[in-house]
Amino acid sequence: MDQGQGKGPRLITAVHDILLLTLLLVTTVAVVRLRNLVAVVMLLGLYSLLMAAVWLVLDAVDVAFTEAAVGAGITTFLLLAAVLLTGQEEKPPRRGPIGPLLIVAATGAVLLYATADMPPFGAPDNPIHRHVAPYYIDRSLDETGVPNMVTAVLASYRGYDTLGETTVIFTAGVAVLVLLGGRRRREDEIEEDE
Amino acid sequence: MDVIGHYNYWVSIVLMMAGFYMVIASANLVKKLVGLNVFQTAVFLLYITMSKVSVPDCAIDCGTAPIFKEGFTVYSNPLPSVLILTAIVVSVSTTAVALAIIVRIKEAYGSVEEDEMLRRDGE
Repeated sequence: MDQGQGKGPRLITAVHDILLLTLLLVTTVAVVRLRNLVAVVMLLGLYSLLMAAVWLVLDAVDVAFTEAAVGAGITTFLLLAAVLLTGQEEKPPRRGPIGPLLIVAATGAVLLYATADMPPFGAPDNPIHRHVAPYYIDRSLDETGVPNMVTAVLASYRGYDTLGETTVIFTAGVAVLVLLGGRRRREDEIEEDE
Repeated sequence: MDVIGHYNYWVSIVLMMAGFYMVIASANLVKKLVGLNVFQTAVFLLYITMSKVSVPDCAIDCGTAPIFKEGFTVYSNPLPSVLILTAIVVSVSTTAVALAIIVRIKEAYGSVEEDEMLRRDGE
């Protein structure tokens, strides 16, 4: 096989991957350092969008559009609303950053040391690809008739789990309504008292 | 340990630690929540990185998104995608509840800074 042509797809993936992840790192540094919370939330939206692009490069297309819709869309909207209600400026911290930095550096060093044992990125014989995943790749089209394997697992093999997931969303919705709905009623009562 | 083979893992850990730093070093509750979100996404990155298949030295059938298509036999692992889809939905739910609690804290304490909340508790 022609070497130059043969390495094409893998090289393109690697270049996109490294470029996008480096942009992610830059965005994250800005998010950590900024004190204006509106700017922080906007950059977090950008972070989510970049992350969605990374998912696309890493073949997780379903995760990519969920991240773009939920991470960059809904989460940004919710955070913006909360920032407008609670104040836009973060006050400078009283304590210095030395203590937290030490803890973070120590934890990070241990975790980075652990990545040496991780299998190389993208190798087809990594342990994760040799256990149950081949079952779904080989049989899910015949067993469910759905060409998208992620959808087949989510909606068919693990349908009850997805039902549980919607219960989580429902519970969260009820919790938010209880927390913020009661507030409006109390304000009304205060107005009536006055 | 080659750079391309482990770059994703390194980035994932650096992002994770950036989120961790925001959670423990910032006194502002909204900033802490942003840190938690960054931490979560970093964990997602770790999982999705493991799911990717890219066969070395091949031209077309080198690993593609897990959707059946004529002419392709090598697919990336669909299971981490399924897991992370669920995790994203749970993460936005917890974020929404946390933000609602923060809005109530702002009403009760007049601030979302940890120092001022503690000071008001002491009064």
